[in-house]
Amino acid sequence: MAEEAEELEQPSGVRSFWTGSITFGLVTIPVALYSATRPRGIALKMIGPDEAPVQRRYVCPKDEKVLDADDIIRGYEIEKGKFVVVSDDELEAIEPRKSREIDLKVFVDVDQIDPIYFERAYFLIPAGGTNKAYRLLAEVMEKKKQAGIATFVMRAKEYLVAILADNGILRAETLRFADEIRKPEDVGLPKVAKATPADVKKFETQIAKHAKKVNFHDFLDDYAERLEKLVAAKERKKEDIVQAPEEPPEAEEGGGEVVDLLEVLSRSLGGKTGAQKRRPPRKAAARKTKTKKRA
Amino acid sequence: MAARAMWKGVVHVGTLTVPVKLYSAVQDHSVRFRLLHKTDKQPVKQQLVSSDSGEVIEYAGVRKAFPITRGRLVLLEKEELEELEPEESRDIEITRFVNIGDIDHRWYERAYYLGPDNSTKQYFAVAAALEKKKKEGVARWVMRDKSYVGSLRVEDGYLMLITLRHADEIIAADALQMPEGRALQKREIEMAEQLIEALHAEFDPTQFSDEYRDRVMELIETKAAGKKPKVVKFRPKQKETDNVTDALAASLASMKKKAGSRG
Repeated sequence: MAEEAEELEQPSGVRSFWTGSITFGLVTIPVALYSATRPRGIALKMIGPDEAPVQRRYVCPKDEKVLDADDIIRGYEIEKGKFVVVSDDELEAIEPRKSREIDLKVFVDVDQIDPIYFERAYFLIPAGGTNKAYRLLAEVMEKKKQAGIATFVMRAKEYLVAILADNGILRAETLRFADEIRKPEDVGLPKVAKATPADVKKFETQIAKHAKKVNFHDFLDDYAERLEKLVAAKERKKEDIVQAPEEPPEAEEGGGEVVDLLEVLSRSLGGKTGAQKRRPPRKAAARKTKTKKRA
Repeated sequence: MAARAMWKGVVHVGTLTVPVKLYSAVQDHSVRFRLLHKTDKQPVKQQLVSSDSGEVIEYAGVRKAFPITRGRLVLLEKEELEELEPEESRDIEITRFVNIGDIDHRWYERAYYLGPDNSTKQYFAVAAALEKKKKEGVARWVMRDKSYVGSLRVEDGYLMLITLRHADEIIAADALQMPEGRALQKREIEMAEQLIEALHAEFDPTQFSDEYRDRVMELIETKAAGKKPKVVKFRPKQKETDNVTDALAASLASMKKKAGSRG
């Protein structure tokens, strides 16, 4: 049953992006934030016994009356079944005054940031009238292999970020806060013990034997490939095909939107539309959240 | 108190094996809200309904379908989907060892500690060998019906497994057009470099804390105590810098002044 609960909890809704600015000394650079990753998994739809698509809705826990967005508020459970209601205005009001600013007061060597901290990547796209300051910051950071560290608030959550430059484009990598990282002793790992040189040597030999360059084939999602194969086979045999009425496009982090995103980005970056960079439409349509249920 | 291992597996390094236990290395501290019904302040219920008839559907009666084109889907039976799931296994296969730094940051997703599972000798030997060779291993394993790609690394003498995103989750930066414009002036570049140098420090994440989370919890406590929180309307203030050269010069000047008054 846990499976069902988790699957049902996935919120659908408009995905809003953050706009604000990067400050670097007294230089202010307006930017917009876009996800640099696509959600994991395949966009499977739910179909009911009548072969019509399934929709979700919220209902009153007591009389099952259907609820609109206006009937729903946010609450924090302070004890079992007891909630403190918190409004969006209240959450916004306690945002730090400079929450719309990513103030780069500290720069560190990029390779000093431990991968354990990285959480998600976003592209920062120039959103102001000119892109000169943006290009300047990106160029200098990339050349000097530096990342700017700052915090900012987005959608009622504070993030620690590293701002990096890659190929002239600024990226914000959200990092976990230090108190979100456990230490080996928190986990209960034994004290580091010294290995015998003979044992180390054995492993070194094996490591050397399998030392190779990174191959991105290693990172392919074989589950997604198997699923696509199955779908293609059933499609060929015209097996289990259902027609569903056209749905209003879901403004989620869906695949179609990612293709659009590349266009948006290309446009804002002042280049050609990235048409040739499009993924094949079939694959692009093939993603959204599904696999979370057993993570 | 020691944490409980969430999974047990066996790392395969070539012909050698190291039994390990897996522990989460991160703990999420976000404040979690629930959606409530406005009138009775009780958690709302979610319901599934048919988009055709509007009738309520039980989850057990729901089938999955893969959209092939707009308006056309292929139904997939539960058994068919189960068959696609990877075979259960305890093996963490290291497919290759790569130089540290060759895997871009954007691939990293979630970190786990590995602990020895009656394998202290091999465990610390493989950690020492990885450290000496300055390598990380590309790992593949299946955990709870899902296949993972990860990086086997050493951190402070301990083995870590960091899950990596799958290839199609990453939008490559070179898929985007680099912002274009007039060539930057040498003087601007120099000043920007000086400013970055002046702000250079060691990476110390403990300097930053989630202050907003603390404020949200404070707000909740204030309200729980029946007090009224002060609400000030938030007005973002930001203005693009018109003259970048002047702003950089002024930043450098003010930093020098600060450094001067300190020393």
